[in-house]
Amino acid sequence: MIDRLIMYFEFPFVRYAMLVGILIAFCSSLLGVTLVLKRFSFIGNGLSNVAFCATAVGAAIGFNNNILFVLPITIVSAVLLLCSGKNAKIKGDASLAMISVGSLAIGYLLMNVFPQSSNLAGDVCTTLFGSTAILTLGQRTWMVWLCVGLSVLVAVLFLLFYHKIFAITFDEDFAVATGIKAKAYNLLLAVVVAVIIALAMNLVGALLVSALVVFPALTAMRLFKSFKSVTICSVIVSVVCAAFGILVSILFDNLPVGSTIVAVNIAGFGIFSLIGVILRR
Amino acid sequence: MAQLTCQNLTLGYEGKMIVSDLTFTVNAGDYLCIIGENGSGKSTLMRTILNLKAPMSGKIVTGDGLLPNEIGYLPQQTVVQKDFPASVREVVRSGCLNRCGLRPYFNKKQKQLVEESMEKLGITNLAKRCYRELSGGQQQRSLLARALCATGKILLLDEPAAGLDPMASAEMYALIAGLNADGTTIIMISHDLEASRQYASHVLQIGNGGVLFFGTMADWRERND
Repeated sequence: MIDRLIMYFEFPFVRYAMLVGILIAFCSSLLGVTLVLKRFSFIGNGLSNVAFCATAVGAAIGFNNNILFVLPITIVSAVLLLCSGKNAKIKGDASLAMISVGSLAIGYLLMNVFPQSSNLAGDVCTTLFGSTAILTLGQRTWMVWLCVGLSVLVAVLFLLFYHKIFAITFDEDFAVATGIKAKAYNLLLAVVVAVIIALAMNLVGALLVSALVVFPALTAMRLFKSFKSVTICSVIVSVVCAAFGILVSILFDNLPVGSTIVAVNIAGFGIFSLIGVILRR
Repeated sequence: MAQLTCQNLTLGYEGKMIVSDLTFTVNAGDYLCIIGENGSGKSTLMRTILNLKAPMSGKIVTGDGLLPNEIGYLPQQTVVQKDFPASVREVVRSGCLNRCGLRPYFNKKQKQLVEESMEKLGITNLAKRCYRELSGGQQQRSLLARALCATGKILLLDEPAAGLDPMASAEMYALIAGLNADGTTIIMISHDLEASRQYASHVLQIGNGGVLFFGTMADWRERND
């Protein structure tokens, strides 16, 4: 089995897939903790559906460089969703549901009106559940570098604003009252989340993106009790699960990458919950 | 000059007025208790003083060396905090952020301030504990320590004893009185008239869309006893 793995890793596209997978898992888990605690677990789902719709629109218009079209649209939606705040006419979860389902419908509609290939069902399935697209990265090395660049950026931003992110997550009112520009940080958060979602869509697909955001954070919270330890643990869990998931899906030819990673994450959550219960006795 | 002056404040939401013509001053070292029925605008007034919300008209002036972002705040607990994984030290530390400016991390002086605040409130031994696993009284102390990190000058307390058992709430009031004795100005919303009578130096009563009473505790007693 190890021989087979070594053989696979001789191919650059496998190495690229591994690298990108780990980077995306790293970024999504960094912000996952904040999103889960801010009660925005579902934003990943909503945004990825927007990204799905944008992909369909992009394809209909005839963009080849899809990500450059999808990214700005996702960012705008994220800003609208995260920054509308408590005073909006339509409350947070309702507007999220509306945008999420609406864009899914419009996206699918567009894909039917402007089919890109004869295999429509295949196209839809690919976009929703992640694709082998990650395995064609060999021909699109710029995607790999984009991922690397954005991941570094996310990590740097997170480290620089770590304490401020904690403050606006724990108690936004207090933060504002003591002069923290919470609005600006929320905006920044929205943009970064959108970027990660748009990238992660390539890995696990539109429907499964939320899992990358939510599972590592919740898994870490089973065992750890401070913000710092939860953040560090969720990053480790996320990266390990992603790497393991990708390996498994490479070894067993028929397993889709995205679902395998999510399955591994679920297993991780189960194990951590169990340990948590045992330790509490 | 007074630390905090509210001049002809009118407060409300979306064009609907809740309370108007609020005028009062708070001097350094005062212990002001704001009372009034539910919906009279106490919390709105609090949010306005904290700059979380703009008044419909009128203005709030800070003086005596107090900057608008130097107001410490002890809010009522939010839902988010009930299952938030954070150590007590992390929570207290977040009060120091307004001293950091653009610097991303805390310096030695601020870290020391954190330790001092925890010491003052007797929660040093809880520093590494998880905030959500503490008792209500301990949680309130942590939040009070955080407010102290933000400022030693003036604290706004929103129902500091809400949800605490009688013992814990008596301790809480004693702690607050201690801080006041050390020179921190206190503005407190409270339903607990007993405690207010015991500790407050001034009373602001609002209701029926305006100020019903503003003056010293002694005057208030004379009127109501």
